[in-house]
Amino acid sequence: MIKKLREVPGYAFLGIWTVFSLFPLYFMLVSATNTSQDVLSSRLLPGGALFENFVKLFQAQDVLRAMGSSAAIALGTTVLALVICSIAGYGFEVYHSRGKDVLMAVLLLAMMIPFAATMIPLFQVFAKLGLVNSLFAVIVPAISTPLLILLFRQSSRAFPTEILEAARVDGLNELSIYARIYIPTMRATFAAAGVITFMTAWNNYLWPRVILIKNEVQTMPMLIVNLSAGYVTDYGVLMLAVLLASLPTVVVFLILQRQFANGITGAIK
Amino acid sequence: MSALTATKPRGDRRRLGTDRRHNLTGWGFLLPAAVLIVLISFVPMIQALILSLQTGRGTRLDWADPLWYNYQRLLGDEIFKQTLGNTFIYLLIQVPIMLLIALALANLLNSPRLRGRAFWRTAIFLPCAMSLVAYSLVFRTMFATDGFVNDFLGAFGVEPVNWLGDPTTARAVIILGLLWRWTGFNMIFFLAGLQNIDRSTIEAARMDGANSLQVFWRVTVPQLRPIILLTAIMSTNGTLQLFDESWALTQGGPAHASMTMSHYLYEISFQRNPNFGYGAAVSYVILILVAVLAFIQLRIGDERD
Repeated sequence: MIKKLREVPGYAFLGIWTVFSLFPLYFMLVSATNTSQDVLSSRLLPGGALFENFVKLFQAQDVLRAMGSSAAIALGTTVLALVICSIAGYGFEVYHSRGKDVLMAVLLLAMMIPFAATMIPLFQVFAKLGLVNSLFAVIVPAISTPLLILLFRQSSRAFPTEILEAARVDGLNELSIYARIYIPTMRATFAAAGVITFMTAWNNYLWPRVILIKNEVQTMPMLIVNLSAGYVTDYGVLMLAVLLASLPTVVVFLILQRQFANGITGAIK
Repeated sequence: MSALTATKPRGDRRRLGTDRRHNLTGWGFLLPAAVLIVLISFVPMIQALILSLQTGRGTRLDWADPLWYNYQRLLGDEIFKQTLGNTFIYLLIQVPIMLLIALALANLLNSPRLRGRAFWRTAIFLPCAMSLVAYSLVFRTMFATDGFVNDFLGAFGVEPVNWLGDPTTARAVIILGLLWRWTGFNMIFFLAGLQNIDRSTIEAARMDGANSLQVFWRVTVPQLRPIILLTAIMSTNGTLQLFDESWALTQGGPAHASMTMSHYLYEISFQRNPNFGYGAAVSYVILILVAVLAFIQLRIGDERD
């Protein structure tokens, strides 16, 4: 009995923080189905204005186009980042040499460079190349990150050397060993790296805001901010847009939560 | 053979690494990633330094006279000082509270007797799936003058508060938002760290009569030091670069009372009359602060060993 009582503060703390964590999400969810007046009068039950909000939202903004841009950016970034960072991590670990260790240490320094300090010159370069307003310019700065390379390098330590030797004896060249043996063996790492890259790319705001100037070219995060910037905000419509902007990453998160956790903590092991 | 490779895989790889052809293949494999990082991080970083020594509007830039003119101007820029101060308020208040809560939550979740672990973890970790501007807009809606928070407090007789219109409460709402978004993220790091701790050290302390709090501070926390250091550096780095919350939640307001340095940098560089040189100088202050604070934290982290 006393033992049980001792656990009460712990459960209470967990409970309070869980309510705090979930409430804003619940608020967003129900508000998407309510009119603006209902949102402001703090109605916390699902309402009947979902359809009406959808119509108003699609009249105000080209949601499908923004969804398409966001999807293209997030998927493009993920595919390219997985290829480029995995082969680099593999190269660092499997063909280990002192020179490569030095290079890795230098590349890791890039993690400490704030994006703010590279943003203006990056904008100037992409402007010179005529790539302002192109999704390509949004993707390029996100495809090679020290964190992903480190993640692939660390997990490549578990890649068995015997397989490598056997494949060489069988006459496979080095690139096919990577493509046909390494990738399938490291599925878990690829999933973890893929989830963090997708979520980061989908949610990124500052760089797309800088490089996508034309109003018609916008990502979902940009769309919701633009929607809130008008003189009169329709809160029901806004919460629906926020919900739509969050749905892809929340769904990915709920399905691949473990991979996401492994992705963000994996590089430290 | 298999036993040998199982125990010394690194040694085996070193031998492979000395093979010249394979060594070259390895360089080829990491070339694209390395070149990209140089082109998108290191080169622009140097260009920004050069830019910070120039003045002019738009694309017409000239060397500043004196060369450090932009930095000199920063010293007298009241808005810049305000944003620098705001950033440090967020850093000094939010980061310690967040790390303490994350540590406590991770410790609770790691307890072997806990029920419903998966539910608690998912719920607390879930805010990490939201984009920063998305959650900022949800908080903005909840903290509107006629919004949910005032209605809720009104039920207890509290007068409506103009949360986003007052400097102190606007900053407090940003801090609350940051706690909401990032506590679960840091908790995941602590959980990973806790799982590597040998439980027998905790059981041994218990046997010696230590209570839970003593076990937590004297046994668990010291073993987590590397992870605490890592999360502290990451959080400091992130806080110094805060942009989205300032932009979408409070819009930097009222006036510049809750604006962060990155937000001000954006305003200088991309709104109204773009001034890239002055913006680059602000960005270098951020860069230097990130480096200096990481260095200090690393030194403190090492000293305690």
